[in-house]
Amino acid sequence: MSAMTDDTLPVTPRAVRDEMIVFAAMAVLLGLVPMTGIYPFFVMQALCFALLACAFNLLIGYGGLLSFGHAMFLGTAGYCTAHALKVWGLPPELGILVGVVAAAALSVITGFISIRRQGIYFSMITLALSQLLYFIYLQAPFTHGEDGIQGIPQGYLFGIFNLAQPTVLYYVVLAGFLGGFLLIYRTINSPFGEVLKSIRENEQRAISLGYKTDQYKLLAFILSGTLAGFAGSLKVFVAQNASLTDVHWTMSGEIVLMTLVGGLGTVFGPVVGAFVIIAMQQYLAGFGQWVTVIQGVIFVACVLTFRRGIIGEIAHYLRRSL
Amino acid sequence: MQALYAQLLVGLINGSFYALLSLGLAVIFGMLNIINFAHGALYMMGAFCAYFLLNIAGIGYWPALIIAPIVVGIFGMILERTMLQWLTGLDHLYGLLLTFGIALIVQGVFQNYFGSSGLPYAIPDELRGGVNLGFMFLPIYRGWVVIFSLVVCLATWYLIEKTVLGANLRAATENPTLVRAFGINVPRMITLTYGLGVGLAALAGVLSAPINQVRPLMGADLIIVVFAVVVIGGMGSIMGSIITGFALGVIEGLTKYFYPEASNTVVFVLMVLVLLVKPTGLTGRAA
Repeated sequence: MSAMTDDTLPVTPRAVRDEMIVFAAMAVLLGLVPMTGIYPFFVMQALCFALLACAFNLLIGYGGLLSFGHAMFLGTAGYCTAHALKVWGLPPELGILVGVVAAAALSVITGFISIRRQGIYFSMITLALSQLLYFIYLQAPFTHGEDGIQGIPQGYLFGIFNLAQPTVLYYVVLAGFLGGFLLIYRTINSPFGEVLKSIRENEQRAISLGYKTDQYKLLAFILSGTLAGFAGSLKVFVAQNASLTDVHWTMSGEIVLMTLVGGLGTVFGPVVGAFVIIAMQQYLAGFGQWVTVIQGVIFVACVLTFRRGIIGEIAHYLRRSL
Repeated sequence: MQALYAQLLVGLINGSFYALLSLGLAVIFGMLNIINFAHGALYMMGAFCAYFLLNIAGIGYWPALIIAPIVVGIFGMILERTMLQWLTGLDHLYGLLLTFGIALIVQGVFQNYFGSSGLPYAIPDELRGGVNLGFMFLPIYRGWVVIFSLVVCLATWYLIEKTVLGANLRAATENPTLVRAFGINVPRMITLTYGLGVGLAALAGVLSAPINQVRPLMGADLIIVVFAVVVIGGMGSIMGSIITGFALGVIEGLTKYFYPEASNTVVFVLMVLVLLVKPTGLTGRAA
């Protein structure tokens, strides 16, 4: 951080220090989870979704692009990783690589198509593209349609770490999450991130300043899609299956909801939002379709009265950026 | 050839629903600057409204064709008054998120009481049976849906493009402040416009009830296809929405005949092609 000069980095050193403290606290707390007796599966699942929501937030919070199709990256990486592990018998690290590369390739193609339109059209296009992929996966033989890919072997990461052990798997997922989070954090605090924010605020002006805004948006889209894919690959080891629910539009909606609840455009909001929504689903699992209704009510309540989200409200109260 | 004509007819019927729904979306977007994600859920409510009218009150298809759009339209106007109007001046995306939430609530409630399976709704006696056209057998109800939808679409086009009311509406779309200065109650016009768009969706729901059965999720997947239709056609022109809707229905029908595996995806693939060739959509202005 010290190499940056003030004119390339408007974020005040104080805010960065605050964020670093919060990040350290978050890492320590999450690191202590296996000793507390909290069901690790729940936290691992929440961590995967937290990374997914952070990747989504990179696009909406800093690029102003609302993607309603981020489930396609989650599902694509999940299917590819699951297929590589189960059918090709690849080790975990290569399985993750296959999934991430697939998600990256998909984000290059879909990004190129969807950034051709702005605003509300962008959202509709991403939604339509993810629905297109949903139907492809529904019919493609390797996804096994409605059944999905099940009973995926977890294996040994780098030949050393036994991912079938919950504690080992937990720390691997946590490391993946923290790594992804830091990458996003670094991106939004880089000159690239500043240009993204300027595009969000006033694209015409950014163009007049000589920035090729389409290239910036495409790069942000690819980064976001690839990281969402990484979250999808990690999730395969936790859930040990890959199914159509991960590609469905309801999943895209949940990603949006998590980020909205936590706070659009905040650094830690998506993490908090993911934990809140996953916990809610866990506790309300017995209520059947009412979960959908409650999610809808949260959407409506957030948009009408609570647009800053949990972290956004706290940051506003403390007058800090979080 | 019989099968080809049959699929063409199915395509025309789906096209009628695409046209009615994308027309409503375009009208609402013009006035409220909101993409109404709840449109599919309101379409479903129209079908359920007809179902309730028949099974609870004993009111048949023909009155339902008028009552259901009015009831659902009033529900829509209540939504606009109580929620959507507070979003004026905010980014477009909040309208999308709010209406998405409304769609989840409405669909969730109906799913809770009616499950996911379809409820039957009988074709009215007057429209049962079919006629032999020589080259194909035409079920009368299906022919009725296509012709009636076309008439409703053209009537809406006439209302907006050719009447004084429509002129006021278009003026308010361009510059609401100025139109208010002329003494026209723009907020009331916005509410009525939303009611009109929602009513069109409900009407499509009633029309589809005897064909597709009445299901809580009948509008959920449909609305995504309609979004693709809207991206292809652009929301700048009313006639453009109508023509694109019918045309895509026909293309989908042809795909069902020639290459059935792609019938689910053909509209989305066409959307991609249009975006690559003409990013603003076939009739749309730059957004």
